[in-house]
Amino acid sequence: MRIVVCVKHVPDIQSERSIGSDGHVVRDGGDGTLNELDENAVEAALALLEAHVDGGGTGEVIALTVGPDDAEDAVRRGLQMGADVAIHVLDDAIAGSDVFGTATVLAAAIKHLAATGPVDLVVTGMAALDALTSMLPATLAYLLDVPQLTLAAEVTLEGSTVRVRRELDTVTEVLTAPLPALVSVTDQANEPRYPNFKGIMAARKKPVTVLTLADLGVNPATVGAAGARTQVLDAAARPARENRILMTDDGTAGAQLAAYLVEHKLI
Amino acid sequence: MTSSLSSSALVLLDHHEGHLRPPVLELLTAARAFGIPVHGIWFGDGLEGAVPALGLAGVEVVYRVRAGAQGGVRADLRSTPVAADVLAALVAEKRPAVVLLASTFDNKEIAARVGAATGAGVVVDAGALAVEHGQFVAEKSAFAGTWLARCAITTPLAIIAVKANSVHAEDAAVATTPDVVDVAPAVSDRVSPVTLVERSERPTSGRPELGEAEVVIAGGRGTNGDFSVIEELADLLGAGVGATRVATDEGWIDRAAQIGQTGVTVAPRLYIGAGVSGAVHHRGGMQSAGTIVAVNSDPEAPIFEIADFGIVGDLFTVLPELTAELHSLTHAEGMK
Repeated sequence: MRIVVCVKHVPDIQSERSIGSDGHVVRDGGDGTLNELDENAVEAALALLEAHVDGGGTGEVIALTVGPDDAEDAVRRGLQMGADVAIHVLDDAIAGSDVFGTATVLAAAIKHLAATGPVDLVVTGMAALDALTSMLPATLAYLLDVPQLTLAAEVTLEGSTVRVRRELDTVTEVLTAPLPALVSVTDQANEPRYPNFKGIMAARKKPVTVLTLADLGVNPATVGAAGARTQVLDAAARPARENRILMTDDGTAGAQLAAYLVEHKLI
Repeated sequence: MTSSLSSSALVLLDHHEGHLRPPVLELLTAARAFGIPVHGIWFGDGLEGAVPALGLAGVEVVYRVRAGAQGGVRADLRSTPVAADVLAALVAEKRPAVVLLASTFDNKEIAARVGAATGAGVVVDAGALAVEHGQFVAEKSAFAGTWLARCAITTPLAIIAVKANSVHAEDAAVATTPDVVDVAPAVSDRVSPVTLVERSERPTSGRPELGEAEVVIAGGRGTNGDFSVIEELADLLGAGVGATRVATDEGWIDRAAQIGQTGVTVAPRLYIGAGVSGAVHHRGGMQSAGTIVAVNSDPEAPIFEIADFGIVGDLFTVLPELTAELHSLTHAEGMK
């Protein structure tokens, strides 16, 4: 059983994040981290493999990322949590990729891995907390030509079938699909394990395999800024709200607020 | 304009029980503003009841896609890959310049897959739209709503998923009589293998959908599980009721009410946070609100950094007072 979990290194959401003059997210600010929602993906992959092994099977979890130098941190965190293998696709031509460029590279990496043995399941987080488009899972499933089971709050494997429970706005669904398949998990799917000391030490011994676009047979013109289908024209920090009112309730706050809402025709 | 043959705008007509979802009227208004014919695509049954509204919105053609063996699509149309496959096939045939969808989780998947299938550029969670130098430009926010960017789509076909409350919906200057065209594009085998084992509707609140509501009141840790004063205010204002992740984690309210980066993103005209601290996760889901009101007993709560009207106080005192005062003010004005 080979499970690939896609992880992303993103600017820390607690830090000052910005878009540079080239219209791209500033990614070398130093305050980067494994996308929090991908921790749930790694946890899901590890738990599924553990259940498989408990049932007498064998396999591995492969942490995969695409990104600049710093992105290695994302797969290293995966190793520390317990992933067996780490792959980092690193290539200058990838810079400035939109979701389609990123998905193209990930798909090529997964197909590259599949050359040495079937990849049964791809697991991703539901979104990356920088771009937050949630487009990657569906795009990747499309390119891999596998069933997609997205926004899973629960995932289980039953033989060669994957089963998920999804909690949408007002609807709960249970879906199944034959492997190979792609699953994205929400932050409700599990509590990601903290790397323990043993895991961190073991991770140090595991290498991170670095691959280039040439290794994957990806045409650079189809990814990166060259292949991007959108372009940021301008970007700026949202201006601070003006004429703000801050008060401590002296017994009249409710009434003052009511007057404000009526005056501003907000109700 | 762009180089496509028919240069129309194609809008995904989300509907519920035969009625167009309110954000769709916004999409149709935005589509008309591009100055090109507006077409729609409707999945499933119930179109007859919505035709008058579509006419008022200036739609010229509606492509209807129905499931079923007789000339319909043989797959579950609610599955996003199936819907995307159908939409991509229609796009390939009709060649619109732009496809507009409401920015829901499902529609963002559809947009992504249609983009992958057609090579089109995609922007999701878009706000205001424009056309500049023949390209569609969408405004969107980034980094938990703290940054605003304008993104141009550089491909001949643009696919844009638009947030609710981004555009003020209006009737067309001239109403139309939409042509209904039944279409049944072949759905490729690749999209079939997911089996829906079970689907159950959870009880709804009867309140406006959070993503669409013009007024949203959210409760956080400070409510300590008691949403009664929030519910009363929401009753008066016809507001949606939302919550922070803490409140939903505690089980105080259904997870569907969670406003935040992994939940619903709201951009109402008015947002009122009661007992909400304003952590990044939550802020990212509401920072685009027109006016932000916050009530919290903690003066250090981060939400006060972005509130237009902030009250340090007890929500169990302030909200009832607000409700009572609004009640008497609106009654004083007579029938509304």
